[in-house]
Formats: sequence, structure tokens, C-alpha cells
Amino acid sequence: MNAANYLYVSALLFTIGAIGVVVRRNAIVVFMCVELMLNAANLAFVTFARINGNLEGQVVAFFTMVVAACEVVVGLAIIVTIYRSRRSASVDDASLLKR
Amino acid sequence: MNWLTTLMALPLVGALVISVLPKSNALAAKRAAFATTLIVAGATITMAVQFQRDNVEIQFVESRSWIPSFGIKYALGIDGIALVLILLSVLLAPIVVLAGWNESSGGRWSAKTFYILLLVLETMIVGVFSATDVFLFYVFFEAMLVPVYFLIGGFGTGERSAAAVKFLLYSLFGGLLMLASIIALYVLSGEQIGHTFDLAALSHLTMDSTTENFLFLGFFIAFAIKAPLWPLHTWLPDAAASATPGTSVLLLGVLDKVGTFGMIRYCMTLFPHATKTFTPMIIVLALISIIYGAFLAIGQKDLKRLIAFTSISHFGFITLGIFSMTSQGQSGATLYMFNHGFSTAALFLIGGWMMSRRGSSKIADFGGLQRVTPVMAWTFFIAGMSSLALPGLSSFVSEFLVLVGTYTRYPVAAVIGTFGIVLAALYILIPVQRALHGPVTPGNEGLSDLNMRERIAIAPVLAIIIALGFYPSPLLNVINPAAAHTIAQSGFTDPVSQIDAKAGK
Amino acid sequence: MTSNSLVYLIALPLFGSAVLLLAGRRSDRWGHLLATALSAGSFGIGLMQFSQMLSRSNEQRAVSQKLFSWISVGSFEVDAGLMLDQLSICFVLLITGVGTLIHIYSIAYMSHDHDRRRFFAFLNFFIAAMLLLVLGDSYLNLYVGWEGVGLASYLLIGFWNQKPTYATAAKKAFIANRVGDMGLSLAIMIAFATLGTVSFAGVKEHASQASTGALTAIGIMLLVAATGKSAQFPLQSWLGDAMAGPTPVSALIHAATMVTAGVYLITRSNFIFDAAPTAQLCVAIIGAITLLFGAVIGMAKDDIKKALAASTMSQIGYMVLGAGLGPAGYAFAIMHLLTHGFFKAGMFLGAGSVMHGMDDEVNMRRYGGLSKFMPITFATFGLGYLAIIGVPPFAGFYSKDKIIEVAFNAGGIKGITLGVAALLGAAITAFYMTRVVILTFAGSKRWDDKAHPHESPFLMWGPMALLALGSVTSGFLFTHGDALRNWLAPVVEQIPAHEGELLSPMIVSILALVLVVLGVSLAVIKYFLNEVPETVPENVTIFTKLARRDLLQDAFNEAAFMRPGQSLTRALVKTDVAVIDGAVRGIARLASGSGKALRTTQTGFVRSYAMWILLGAIALIAAIWMVTL
Repeated sequence: MNAANYLYVSALLFTIGAIGVVVRRNAIVVFMCVELMLNAANLAFVTFARINGNLEGQVVAFFTMVVAACEVVVGLAIIVTIYRSRRSASVDDASLLKR
Repeated sequence: MNWLTTLMALPLVGALVISVLPKSNALAAKRAAFATTLIVAGATITMAVQFQRDNVEIQFVESRSWIPSFGIKYALGIDGIALVLILLSVLLAPIVVLAGWNESSGGRWSAKTFYILLLVLETMIVGVFSATDVFLFYVFFEAMLVPVYFLIGGFGTGERSAAAVKFLLYSLFGGLLMLASIIALYVLSGEQIGHTFDLAALSHLTMDSTTENFLFLGFFIAFAIKAPLWPLHTWLPDAAASATPGTSVLLLGVLDKVGTFGMIRYCMTLFPHATKTFTPMIIVLALISIIYGAFLAIGQKDLKRLIAFTSISHFGFITLGIFSMTSQGQSGATLYMFNHGFSTAALFLIGGWMMSRRGSSKIADFGGLQRVTPVMAWTFFIAGMSSLALPGLSSFVSEFLVLVGTYTRYPVAAVIGTFGIVLAALYILIPVQRALHGPVTPGNEGLSDLNMRERIAIAPVLAIIIALGFYPSPLLNVINPAAAHTIAQSGFTDPVSQIDAKAGK
Repeated sequence: MTSNSLVYLIALPLFGSAVLLLAGRRSDRWGHLLATALSAGSFGIGLMQFSQMLSRSNEQRAVSQKLFSWISVGSFEVDAGLMLDQLSICFVLLITGVGTLIHIYSIAYMSHDHDRRRFFAFLNFFIAAMLLLVLGDSYLNLYVGWEGVGLASYLLIGFWNQKPTYATAAKKAFIANRVGDMGLSLAIMIAFATLGTVSFAGVKEHASQASTGALTAIGIMLLVAATGKSAQFPLQSWLGDAMAGPTPVSALIHAATMVTAGVYLITRSNFIFDAAPTAQLCVAIIGAITLLFGAVIGMAKDDIKKALAASTMSQIGYMVLGAGLGPAGYAFAIMHLLTHGFFKAGMFLGAGSVMHGMDDEVNMRRYGGLSKFMPITFATFGLGYLAIIGVPPFAGFYSKDKIIEVAFNAGGIKGITLGVAALLGAAITAFYMTRVVILTFAGSKRWDDKAHPHESPFLMWGPMALLALGSVTSGFLFTHGDALRNWLAPVVEQIPAHEGELLSPMIVSILALVLVVLGVSLAVIKYFLNEVPETVPENVTIFTKLARRDLLQDAFNEAAFMRPGQSLTRALVKTDVAVIDGAVRGIARLASGSGKALRTTQTGFVRSYAMWILLGAIALIAAIWMVTL
């Protein structure tokens, strides 16, 4: 099977994730979309590792997973706290950066 | 003995002592500050006595490596010009502390902070006048701003924060241009003689005229802001109007001299060709400053702003003298810096006492003070006479030297500058008449005359003003060799008189 | 020759003023005595020097004293040095002699003023500064004394500066003088640039080598200085207002000594003017204009002091005219200066005595018939009057007629014009001085009963009597055997007079006397034979109205300088705030404004930040792509 196809899928997933981050309001969905983008990147890494015939891409993919896991922990914690204090999981409600 | 380092260390030691004093005990802080400034003044005089006045070389040289990877050195040394300016600073410091005994109260922070800032400033000032490494000079030049910023913003009156910010931004802008020039010099030195910031070494660089002109402007604009020269002067009246009188004395009397000192020490020695190119333009700016400052002073209704504008006029004279490129003009300008320090100090301090007693700085609120507070009125009058350069007082000698030196090379400029002396009579006599003469205006009847502390503070200032008017030789003898050396270094010689030219001398 | 005692001439009065000013109220009781004694001491030293000079031959008389090196930068070297020669000794004796008399007079005149000590301190300061002016051996030393007397004059005019008009008068005098001082400092600068020196001896030595253009420039600038100090046209306007000062001040400073400093300066610089004919002609013209100008103003003044001030201006015009006539005139200018010192000081003291007796009333229309009440004042004033109008054998006759004669003999149209002006001035002088005497001492009384005119005490009339004696005898003494001319000869190097003269001395004297008689008769008819109204008559000619307004001198100065200056100042103040500081604040606003504009992109919505990041990333990739392609 042509390795380029995996890259197309990766690009597609990344685009879906990016659009989701920009257009969706629900913090959880935004968060999921960020995960989607990370995984799209992972897929690309693994594909490149296959194409180039070495393991570096796979190592980075594992590294990304670890980071993503950490990020999930911190991110979800923030979302839950925001939800607790604001009774809403909408990212637009939490526009604290402006003030 | 490392005289200059000692002079810089002493105020810092004083500041350290004050910092461990209890905050509530303002009196102890005042006494400690006064004692420190007196010790520094004493030490400086001891050093000045050992100065070899006929030696044109830089003296009391110290040099240590500071940041070797960039060739930056901690290098100090002074010539006659720098010595006179350091003397001016350290002599004014105790007077300012004593005269402004109560200035430190009513600020945003405690009296302790006020005196720490003041002493740190004194260290910086000695440093800026004695640095012979361009980078070290730049460090002091910029670091000086910090204590002054807090002195104006923290202890001033009126719109003190705005004035402090304006002062800081103006100065930083100039400093930035200078930094760019300094870096360019460093790069050039790397190409020609190996990376260095040493002033003497840098003055031997060769550069094409475009580069030299741009680098000159970088330095000159920084100094013209500091000096201040028209049209870069607008920070000064605001800063002077907001600062306490003591701070104003240090600001106008000493700090601004860094600008004119820099023109002599850096612009002229580093860029002799560019100096020649820009001299006509600078002379025009100086003349505008003289006349413009005088007119603005005449038009002021606020005493502090008036004094600030008279200083702009005086700085015009100093710049004119420097760029007349004659030994009379150069020596006169340096002497002018010293004399202006004292006459402005007298005006600001006495004006400050008048204002603190009356609770207003509007000239219109005074009137008839000569009948109510004769001593205060008379001291103010003498200070005013010194400002208008009355013969027999110190500023006359310097102003006349500047004019006569300018005349020998640029007669037209001297003639225009001479108009300044008529305007000076106006800007001094108008406030004198409004504040001191006439009937006693309501609200002034109960003002108290100068007390013993104030009399002791102002007496030495007036004594110096009068003594140097009749006998300026002690200072001139120190200044002359250095001034002549600077002129010669920039490749100028005094014009000879018609008669001597005919005789073929 | 050197002498070590010259400095004491100046030091004594300077010490006096320092003591009185520093000791303050503590010296109230003895201050005036100390000041008078020190002034007299200075006079004593002057007399001693004079007698020593007499014992030497005429070429050996000048003495000098170098004190220390004052300013020395490069080739600009000025010593603090003093020089006493035949010219300066005349002034030294006049200043200290008349000065001491006026000190004595003031003890009584100022006895009721609680600031009398301060007054004496200023008087002593003035004596010291004036002595420095005439003793300095270089133009720069002279300059110190020159501004010193200006300061003293300012302080004394404004002695009662609690009155705003008096304070303004003082300020006006100082500023008019400063304009003149500008001329002096420029003269010094030109002298240094062309001759390389500013000492009298040096300038004299090199003057012949300098170009005429430079010498003319120096001469004109010195003339500007002289017009300021000596109240000559066009800087004359301050003198009338200067009468705000106490009367002894008007007598000493604004009649006898300080205002004649301009004549001293011109005479002292004879070597410059003799080599610059254009400048010399200007001097003569200025003198002629002023002598008429002052005389015309004098005719219309009702204030006795202002009438005398106008007369002073006019008489100094004569001196300047004399000095402007070159070697033939210097000696007579100085002679008139000295005789004027006697009779004008005497008359001012007389005026002071009248005011003393009349509750400080100065309006002559409120006097009248005072000769009965103040016989001594009348007598001394009368002698001064006879001297000023030039009745033989009083002092003014000798000195003024000589100037008129020299003017006529200056040659050509110049001589005739100047001579006629001087003659006309003599007639007008006779008119207005007769007017003053009649209005004050003759006729019927016009004061109200509140005033109790009385003769002044001995301390006041004593000095007046001595000055009157001087106005009677001095003219004869100076001309007897050409004493003063021969005395001054080494300083001013005269050419022999009586050479191709237009009018002989006899004809000039007769002409002058006829005109004087004419002027006196007119005044007698107008003011003695007719009733003098107590209020100022309004139905007068336009000329009288102009003369009352000082020939519009103040109006001109205000319109030409003061108001434009004020508008310029206001405009500049506005410009500074609006344009220059406006530009700075504009830059500040630009920075904060652009910050504000960019801030609107910061919505606070995480999603929009994410979008910006995304767009940025895409742009970056696109850019890289473009570059690598």
C-alpha cells in the first residue's frame, strides 16, 4: 500500500481537528479536537518512520503520546475547574484574558 | 590610592548605612546623608589638591578588566574639565541635603529611601564624569536615570509621575541612539585595532565621513536631550516643576552637565571631522536655545518653570562656547557649567523656600517679600543677579569668555548671543519685581524669614558666586590646559587678531 | 609709575557697604556715620593722590596698580588693574567730593526713613562701583564698574520699591542700561578680535594699525554704551522715571556722576574715535539731538525733579557733543561735566530741600514764593541757576560757551548745524530754568495751608552752599591759563585751537548771551508777569502736549519693542506647548493609540487566538514553500 495515503489521512485528521478547535465552543470538544490534531501528527511521524526506514519517528510518536497524556491531565483538570466555577464548559464564556 | 573608586564607594557605604537604619527615624537618615556628602566633598577636595593642573594627561587613572570577552574595562580617570564637574557635584550634594532638610517628607516612600536614592545618584555622577571606557560611561549614563526617576516620581509635587515618565522616556530614547553608536564603534574597533571600548584608543579610529556623521549624531542627540538643547528641551520644565527643589538642583545643576560634558569629551574627541561638519548647525541650535529659552522664561507664570527655562538659555550659551572651538569659548563653557550649577542651585533653593512657605509656585502669589522676609529676598536677588551674569559675579566671567571666544570665530553668532544678556535682565527683573517688590500681597504678611539652617546652606553658594566673580583663576588654571588640549585634539587653533595677523605672528 | 594705595580708594566704600548690608539692623545707629566717614576717607586719598600728581611733571603723572590676574585664557588676558591719570583724577575728586557732600546731606534728608542704613550702604556701593569705573585700566574692568553703577542705580531708584511705579522705574532703568551694556560688551569683543587686547594702553598702542572699519564698529558700540548710561537719544527714556529715587540719589547718580560715565567712556576712548571719523560724527550728532530733546522736554515739565532730569539729559548732550568734536572738544566736555557736577548736584539738593520743606510735593504749580521761607535754598539754587544758563562769570558760562564755540569751528555744514543746535539749546535752557526758578521761588504762593515751608537744617544746606561755591568759581579756575586743558593734554592729545575759526570766542559769547536773555525774558513774561494756573492748562499747542509726554519716547518704546515683545513671548509660550511639546506628546499618543488599535484584536476568546495561531502557521508554511520553490 502506498505510504502517501497515510499522510493524506493524517492531513485530513489535522484539518478536521484544527477546524474543530476554531469553530466549536464546548471546551471538551475543543479538547478532543486538539487530541485529534496531536494524533494526526503522530500518524504522520509513524508514516515517515516507515518511509525512511528508521525508528526516530516512532520514538517521537511515543514522546508525543506521553506529552498528550500529561496535557489531558492538566487540560481536563482546568476544564473541570472552570466548569465548577462558571457552570459552563463554553470556551467563549471564559474570556478572562481580555481583562 | 584609588581616589576615584573611593569617591564612588563612599556614598554607597553611606547608602548602606542608611538602609539599615530604622524607617521611623528620619532624622538619623538625614544626618547620615549629610555626613556622607560632607565626607565625599572633603575627600574630593583632598584629591583636587593633588591634581597636577599643568598636566594635560588623564590623571588618577584606574583600569581593571571587567568583561574581558568584550574588551570592556572598568577604567577611570579625569582631566581638568571632569575634575571641575566632579567638584561641582560633590559640593552641591551636602548643600542640597542641608537646604532640603524637609523635602524628603511627604513623598511616596520614607525619608530613608530619599537619601539612599540621593547617595546612589552621587556615585553614578562621579562615575559618569570619570569613566574613560565608553561602555562604562554608557552604563553610568543610563543607570543615573533610575534614582532620578524615583526622586521625581516618588517625592515630587503635582504631576510628578507623568513628569518622571517623560524624563525617563526622553533620556532612554537618547541613550538608545548612543548605544547604537557605541556598538558601531566597537565593531569598527574590532576591524582596525582589536575590540575595545577604551576612549583614547577609539579616538584614533579612521572612518568614512558618512559613518562618522551618523555615529556623531547618535552621541550628540543623546547629549542634546540631556543638556537640553532646543527643540529637545520640553522634558526639563515639566521635570523641574514637579521635582523637589533639591532634586531640581541636582537635575539642572549637575545631571544636565553630563550632556555638555559629553559633547566635549565624546563628540569632539571621537568625531573631530563630524564635529566640524555639524558645528554651524549646532551653533544655530545653541543660539535658538539662548533666545528662545529667554523668551519662554519671560512668559512663564510659575517660578520653577521660569528657572528651568533660564537654564535652557544658559545651556545655549554653554553649547555655543563649546562649539566656538576657541580656547576662550571652551574654557568659558566649562567654567559656565560650574557657575551655572551654583547660580541655579541658589535660585532653586531660595525659590523652593519661598514656595514652601507660601504654598504656591505662582509668581503672582508673591509680592512685597523684601519687606516681609528681607534676607530671603536679598539672597534671591543676588542669585538672580548671578543668573543675569552681572559683572563681579561668577557667571559674568564665563558668559563673557563664551561670547568673546565665539566672536573671534563666529562674529554674527556672538552678536545674536549678546541679545541674550538684555533678555536675561528681563527674565530676572520681572519676577524680582513681582515677587519681591511692590506692596505686600495678602497671604504673605506672616511669612518667616530664612532660619539658621537655611542661611548656613545658602551662604557657601553665594560666597562661591561672589568669590569666583573676582578671582576665577583657581578654576581657570585647572580648566585651561584641558580645554586647550581638547581644541587641539579636534584640530582647531585659536583665530589670531587682525593686528597679530598683520605682524605675522 | 605704580602706586599701592589706589585700591583703597575703592576698598573703603566697598567695605562700608558690605558692613552695613551684612550687619543689618545692628548698624542702624552708626551706619550712616561709618558710610560718610569712609566716603570722606576715599576723598582724602583722592586729594593725596592729586597733590602727589601735582608734584610730578605732566608726563609722569599717571600711576597704576596691578592687583592680580583676573581672567587669563589663551591670548585673552585681563588683569585686575587700576590706573589713575589726569582724566580719572578729575572724576575721582568729583565722585568722592560730591559724593561725600551728598552723604552728609542724606544724613538729614533720610533721617526719618527707617531704612536709612540700607540707603547708605547703597550709596557707598555706588561710590565704590563708580570709582572702579573710572579707575579700571581696561575696558573689561571698566565694564565691571559700569554694570556696578547700573546695579546701584537700580537699587536706589527702587529704594522705595513698595510703590509699584517706583519698582517699574528701577527695572526700566536697568533694562535701558543693559541695552547699552550690550554695546559695551560687543565693543570689547571687537576690540579683542581685532587688536588682541582690551586694556586701554594696549588698545591705544595698536589702534593705529587696525582697519578704520573695525575702529568705527568699536566706536559705534561704545557710543551705544554711552547712550544707555548717559541717557542719550535713543536710550534716554529711563532718566525721567529714575527720579523715583530719593533726591540725594538723583543729585549724585542721575546728575553729577553716573550719567556722565558715557562722556568719560568716549573721552577715554579718544584714540578710537579720533581714528574713526564716522563714529565721532555720530557721537556729535547724538549729543546735539539729545541736548535739544532734553531741553524741549524740560520746558513742559511741572515736576521739579523731572524738569531737572530733562535738563541733565540736555546738559549731558552738550558734553557728548563736545566729546564728539574730537581733540578740540574733549577738555571742554570734561570741563562742562565737572561744572555741571557742581551746579546740577547743587540744584537737585536744592530741589530736595524744597521737597523736604513742602511735604514731598514735587509739582511746581503747587509751589510759589518760597524764597521768603527758604532763603538759603533760594540763594544756592539761584547760583546754580546762573551757572547753568551761562551767565558770566559763573561756571556754566565758561564750559558751555566753549563747547558752542568749538562746535561752530568744527568746519563746514557740520560745524554750523551743530553750533546752531547748541546755541538754540542755550536759549531753551535759559527759558526752562528760569521757569523752574520762578515757579518755585517767585510769584504768589500756590500751596495749601497744610504745608509749612521751612528752611532745611545745616546738614542739608551746608553741602548745598559748598556746591554753590563750586558753581560760582569752578569755571574760572578751570579756564584760568587753560588749566584743565593743559592738565588733560597728555590723555587726549589736543590739536591747537584757534585755527581757521568761523566765529571768535567773543562773538559766540555775545550770541549766546543774547539768546539767554531772550529765553529768560520769555519765561519772565510768561510765568512772572502772568498768573500761573494751579492746574495744568489743557488748551496748549500740540508741541507742549508732545513735550509733556516726553516727545513720545515711552509711547514709541512701547509700540516698537514692549508690545511686540510681549506678543512674541505669548506666541512662543503657546508654540512651545502646542507645537514642540505637542510633537512630543503626539509621538506618545501615536504609540498609545496604535497600542489601543491593536488591542481590539485581543478578544479574549481562546478560539480566536487559536485561529490566529492557525493562520500564522499556514502563512509561515506558505512562506517557506514559496521560498523553497
